[in-house]
Amino acid sequence: MSALKRTPFYDIQKQRNARFVGFGAWELPVQYQSVLSEHQSVRERVGLFDVSHMGEVLIEGPEAFDACQYILTNDVARLEDGKAQYTLMCKADGGIVDDLIIYRQAEDSYFLCINAARIDVDYDHLCTQAKRFDCTLRNVSEQYAQLALQGPKSLDVLAAISDFDFQSMKPFSWVDLVLAGDLSVRVAATGYTGERGVELYCAPTIAEKLWMLIEESGLPHDLALCGLGARDTLRLEMCYALYGNDIDEQHNPLEGNLGWVVKFNKGDFLGRQSLADVKEEGLSRKLVGFKMLSRGIPRHGYTITLEGKEIGVVTSGSHSPTLAEPIGLGYVPIEVAAEGATFDVMVRNKAVKAQVVATPFYKRG
Amino acid sequence: MIPESLFYTKEHEWLKIDGDLALVGITDHAQEQLGDVVFVELPPAGAQLSAGETFGSVESVKAVSDLFAPTDGEVVEVNSILEDQPELLNASPYEQAWIIKVRLANPDVSKELLSAQEYEQFCAEA
Repeated sequence: MSALKRTPFYDIQKQRNARFVGFGAWELPVQYQSVLSEHQSVRERVGLFDVSHMGEVLIEGPEAFDACQYILTNDVARLEDGKAQYTLMCKADGGIVDDLIIYRQAEDSYFLCINAARIDVDYDHLCTQAKRFDCTLRNVSEQYAQLALQGPKSLDVLAAISDFDFQSMKPFSWVDLVLAGDLSVRVAATGYTGERGVELYCAPTIAEKLWMLIEESGLPHDLALCGLGARDTLRLEMCYALYGNDIDEQHNPLEGNLGWVVKFNKGDFLGRQSLADVKEEGLSRKLVGFKMLSRGIPRHGYTITLEGKEIGVVTSGSHSPTLAEPIGLGYVPIEVAAEGATFDVMVRNKAVKAQVVATPFYKRG
Repeated sequence: MIPESLFYTKEHEWLKIDGDLALVGITDHAQEQLGDVVFVELPPAGAQLSAGETFGSVESVKAVSDLFAPTDGEVVEVNSILEDQPELLNASPYEQAWIIKVRLANPDVSKELLSAQEYEQFCAEA
């Protein structure tokens, strides 16, 4: 087995007693002291996450727009410079290749942030599908370190670093800034927690400096260093999809509750015909959020049954730190997908009753 | 800080033996590895234990861990407080968070268990 990759923040996190785990090809911090307290810090104050494992791809050229418009499901025409957009790429059969964020840098220049475990697959897919367009692609994943600063106090932490008016940044807007005199950083009003916050991209060479700067500005706000454990529970409370768990090539966006980023009226795009057919015929299964009616925590991969018959699978599940109860996501037949419907989750060979609830699980305020 | 008066297993459980009765819990090392415990599945009182077999489970936010019977015996009492306060397993693994009380099939079982010193060494080597 080849050695796990480390991010530019590995040493500094090791010094701060992060506990590391293998996450795909990466060695990443799963937690510092406690997932629960890190989670709570982000909901109530502010937390800092190393998300440098994420991949980045540049698409540039006269037909870069057309390539993106064809390969991605959301409408790239709605973007302007300095704006970003959550989107998907699908195969011709509608299966999801990845979910990602696209940043428009210029009319002929787009920056994609993709999932770490999908970098190779995505880049192959992008290159293949972009062939007939006049544009060039570059996998620039190694050129970026990335931090996520998330929580109601995140903008206060930034305010101590820069005069830039972060408060007036709209969600999914972004800006390139120079912080503390010489740190070039891309600051995007995006995140994976459901709280206000930003994601910051920088060159690996200045990664530690940026970390120290944020850590120092975070002191008065009791900034918490956070690992992947809290990142997962925070996103699950918001029902944000995790690629490889909740969505994958075997599922389409419509059944995965991501129909809102599939824009049928934008013209042709890869997967359009298949997805239009699905829409026409109606869904046979759907990703739902559920709570447990008896004791037991649902986990990824657990079977969902109805009257003893296997009908679906849990894609994500955990104890919800904010709600202090177990929550889960899973695919079930459309007949039991309505709010209030019940089924069983097989928790370690025991059928535990569960009920479909409104999502997201967590609503701010 | 591994209490001297207890006996231990390689599954990171401890036993406090008093005659033919023993309290069973998980060690400080175990709770630290697990992280925040949010759920405990306990056996019913009266359940028969068979050494090495699963008798319950402990879940942290991230993962499930089985509890393995350290010895043969019968569960005479369970610490049901843990169902409402699983976090006691993190806060007080050797005191408040005992998990089950067992009537030992073999009161001489301590010979098969690790002493505090042996357990400390086992953890250091692992």
